Amino acid sequence: MAPSYENLPIEDDEFDETEVDFSDLQEQYEVRLEEGLDAFVVVDGLPVVPEDNRAKLVKFLLRKLNSVGRVKDDGVHMPLNEEGKTEGYAFVEYSAPSEAVQACKQLNGTPLDKKHTMAVNKLTDIDRYGREGRIEEEYHPPQIEPFQQKEHLRSWLGDVDARDQMVLYRGDKVGVFWNEKEDAPDVVVDRENWTESFVQWSPQGTYLTSIHAQGVQLWGGKAWSRQKRFSHPGVNLVDFSPNENYITTWSHRPLQVDENHPVPSLSLEEDGKNYIIWDVATGKPLRSFATIDVPTTTDEEGQPIKKKMQWPTFKWSADEKYVARMTQGQSISVYELPRMNLLDKTSIKIEGVMDFEWAPATPRRDGIKTYEQLFCYWTPELGSNPAKVGLMSIPSREIVRTRNLFNVSDAKLHWQSDAAYVCVKVDRHSKSKKSMATNLEIFRVREKGVPVEVVDSIKDKVINFAWEPKGNRFVLITTDENPAQSAVPPKTSVSFFAPEKIKGGIPGNFKHIKTVEKKNSNAIHWSPKGRFVVVATILSQQSFDLDFWDLSFEKPKDEKDDKEKELMANLQLMNTVEHYGVTNIEWDPTGRYVASYASAFRHRMENGYHLYDFKGQLLREEHIDGFKQFIWRPRPPTLLSKEEQAEIRKNLRNYSKLFDEQDLAKKNTANRQVVEHRRRLLQEWLSWREYIVQLVKSEGWDIEGRKEDVGGGEVIEEVVEEIVEESEEVIG
Amino acid sequence: MRPILLSGHERALTQVKYNADGDIIFSVSKDHVVCAWFSHNGERLGTYHGHVGALWTVDVDPTSTLLATGGADNTIRLWEVRTGKQLKSWEFGTAIKRVEFSPDGRQLLGITEKRQGHLSTIFVYEINPDPSAEQTDEQSLRIVCDEAKATVAGFSYGAKYIISGHEDGTVCQWDAKSGEFLDSVQAHEADMQVTDLQWAPDRTYFITASKDKTAKLMSTNDLEILKTYTTDTPLNSAAITPVKDFVILGGGQAAMDVTTTSARQGKFEARFYHKIFMEEIGRVRGHFGPLNYVAVHPKGTGYCSGGEDGYVRVHHFDKPYFDFMYEVEREQQANL
Repeated sequence: MAPSYENLPIEDDEFDETEVDFSDLQEQYEVRLEEGLDAFVVVDGLPVVPEDNRAKLVKFLLRKLNSVGRVKDDGVHMPLNEEGKTEGYAFVEYSAPSEAVQACKQLNGTPLDKKHTMAVNKLTDIDRYGREGRIEEEYHPPQIEPFQQKEHLRSWLGDVDARDQMVLYRGDKVGVFWNEKEDAPDVVVDRENWTESFVQWSPQGTYLTSIHAQGVQLWGGKAWSRQKRFSHPGVNLVDFSPNENYITTWSHRPLQVDENHPVPSLSLEEDGKNYIIWDVATGKPLRSFATIDVPTTTDEEGQPIKKKMQWPTFKWSADEKYVARMTQGQSISVYELPRMNLLDKTSIKIEGVMDFEWAPATPRRDGIKTYEQLFCYWTPELGSNPAKVGLMSIPSREIVRTRNLFNVSDAKLHWQSDAAYVCVKVDRHSKSKKSMATNLEIFRVREKGVPVEVVDSIKDKVINFAWEPKGNRFVLITTDENPAQSAVPPKTSVSFFAPEKIKGGIPGNFKHIKTVEKKNSNAIHWSPKGRFVVVATILSQQSFDLDFWDLSFEKPKDEKDDKEKELMANLQLMNTVEHYGVTNIEWDPTGRYVASYASAFRHRMENGYHLYDFKGQLLREEHIDGFKQFIWRPRPPTLLSKEEQAEIRKNLRNYSKLFDEQDLAKKNTANRQVVEHRRRLLQEWLSWREYIVQLVKSEGWDIEGRKEDVGGGEVIEEVVEEIVEESEEVIG
Repeated sequence: MRPILLSGHERALTQVKYNADGDIIFSVSKDHVVCAWFSHNGERLGTYHGHVGALWTVDVDPTSTLLATGGADNTIRLWEVRTGKQLKSWEFGTAIKRVEFSPDGRQLLGITEKRQGHLSTIFVYEINPDPSAEQTDEQSLRIVCDEAKATVAGFSYGAKYIISGHEDGTVCQWDAKSGEFLDSVQAHEADMQVTDLQWAPDRTYFITASKDKTAKLMSTNDLEILKTYTTDTPLNSAAITPVKDFVILGGGQAAMDVTTTSARQGKFEARFYHKIFMEEIGRVRGHFGPLNYVAVHPKGTGYCSGGEDGYVRVHHFDKPYFDFMYEVEREQQANL
């Protein structure tokens, strides 16, 4: 029986509101009344002076205080103690509360002289935080949380089969999977709406980053629990430092942090800022920055040219000891970690600077023993001064090498991954500014005096360039002059370069190996381990081919010709495949597999991915509606020493034998399972057929068995008329 | 073998059917004309004129004497196959979506569209197999589908049941004598239309195709779902091949979306799946519009497909098709 109104349990009504502790809520939602004290600030840290000097001090102080607002007449009140001296503080009344806020923001911490530094706080704040009872008289040591064992963040590296993981973002679902080659990826975790815009791995694969309207979250560990949260409302992009100890978040909208819009872990200091650099370990912001407004230039018709934002804006040195930002055309500001203070308290003035890049590894220059990091920058032609490319050493700020260039219309800086070379791709226009050509200026960073080698044999414009990771070869793509507004994209050529072999094993001058013409390629993707490269056409409607090249192909000995002996390369096209609508190409961190995918971020046609081995052999393809991202989980650098690695390389044959056996065994087991499954299905089907045929027959229906139904070929008669002869006669 | 392209229609094909011997193919299209073709060389045997609206459906009786057609002009017409003479025309309130003869050819089933106060109905006429005889105007059975309209239907073995597929993805079983409702199964996703229903040779099981991108093999007796074939495109048709244990599925992006997509994107391919293992074994390209219907030669020697592109493609299977066998099937055969 359902309880009627009378005998409803009445315990609920005896609920006593007074017993509930609302104090936390009360505190949180406490309404701060307009007390009329909002325009007051308390200035502390002032010198203690006798009464006679008070007026002088007030006058001095007013000069500072009036710089941010207008202090009311007689607005400075500096009380005296019994000895007739000031107390070292003053109460100041501004004419508006907003000025008081400004005063706190700008004047707090300003030094007055060597001994005294001003502390400026709102009176209401002092009241609020310093109210009696709010601060305890006695010192209590802070509670130290007992140590809690964290999850192992790199457990995935211990996989017995050394499989790699990848994140797949499709539809609203984000999942992490093991790569199973031909077979369906093995799911590790799969969640709906894990991110609001995209996902990103940290550079060593420890964390998976998800982006939300409120900020950024890092996930990791076996359970894929949340490791850190960085609140940055409206965040658009994130960037990690190379060793993933720091993270930069950026929003195109300036942050709004004030009393009415509190943001967890952010303070008033972050108000109006766009960038925040965080410490990943503590989850606390280190420093925040506002976007530097670049003076907009206008094109010939007076329309403002939209500048592409450079990302990452804050670039990290290889050891993440420094982070730097460029103010285009003026200077580069280098900040020291972990304090985030400006190096030597000044920015490095480089007039006209257009771009800079840190060396991706700690450089090892010939004869340099001291610690240094290098960055490369370039400046365009300014007046009668030539364009310049320079290498600067940090922290000494010494310019290691510069080179003057002429007729430069643009330049791009490409470091080799070990910082052994930096190639400056210089687009040069002829005197008439009608035709373009590209020069490569290659700085050999490790050699004495940093010699520069110039490759000027390229006649066309280079649209893409990539160094072999950990190697000394490179691939570039050139294109003819763009025919004006032609519907067909211009053909491109792919060229391969390698250093000459010279005695002593050191690489000699860079020489051209081969050019493949009449291609459409626009993307170069090197294997992270070097040697293999995929040259592809992506984001194109017309063509979508991927060429898999091997640069150290081992030919049988008798086929070798002389030319190959001279170069440190032996080029071989291994395979060409097509993937309709391909937008992205990703090598796995071990260089064993390549994934190409068509992302729904770009277009909605045949979204999905293909998986190849490094030779370009298709292993698997999957079409998934709304497929967005396929990213391999990066791996941290190896812990093995050079010798251990060499040892492994030496015994590779033995290992590969073992692996082949394992693969075979695995495949056999899988095959056996599949065969078993099929056998069962077949048996089930046959017995069902037998049963149903019996059943229907027993019902008295006459059905022909399937087998009789077949049999007996059909006889087809076909009459073919053949014209034996045809003649035309003209009568008349 | 190269497919034979039958290009006699001016508009989208809606249904294609082999006769019981497999020597003739009948095709209907939205261009109001019924065509008959020789299946072995694609030569046109003749046409049947009279309909004044798009045609949706065609069926031929087991002796290849009578042909039934139905379409948007709200009529079912009965023709003499040999002469092309119209024998009878039944008029209805709405368009005819499906006609089918019973296995013995003595009953004809039809489905009417639901529109303007007319509910979708399944009805049956007794048919006199003699072409010179007068055909009755009286319906021997009427089943009104008031919940969800019927889209496809057919007679089971011995005309014991009528099985119907509906707009809401359900499949229903009715007593073919009394019209009594027997059973219903939500075979496909809710609100995903069942687009086709074709029989196995002995009609003890059948295959349904649906917009939910799957085809299902179901038993006639208890509507049990025996197999599911999952694809990546909405399906318009599904057929079971005799001789080999395959099914052929046809479909593609809905016609209204086709203009915005390329042929490779539309997935206009006939897909072959293994009937028992439910694995895809091959695809046949060729159409540049969705496949509206696939029909298999009754002796399993070929198939034809009618497309939104206005073509019928007739394929004859080659030797490798018949030789193809899974390992376990080969074992099975060796044991027999």
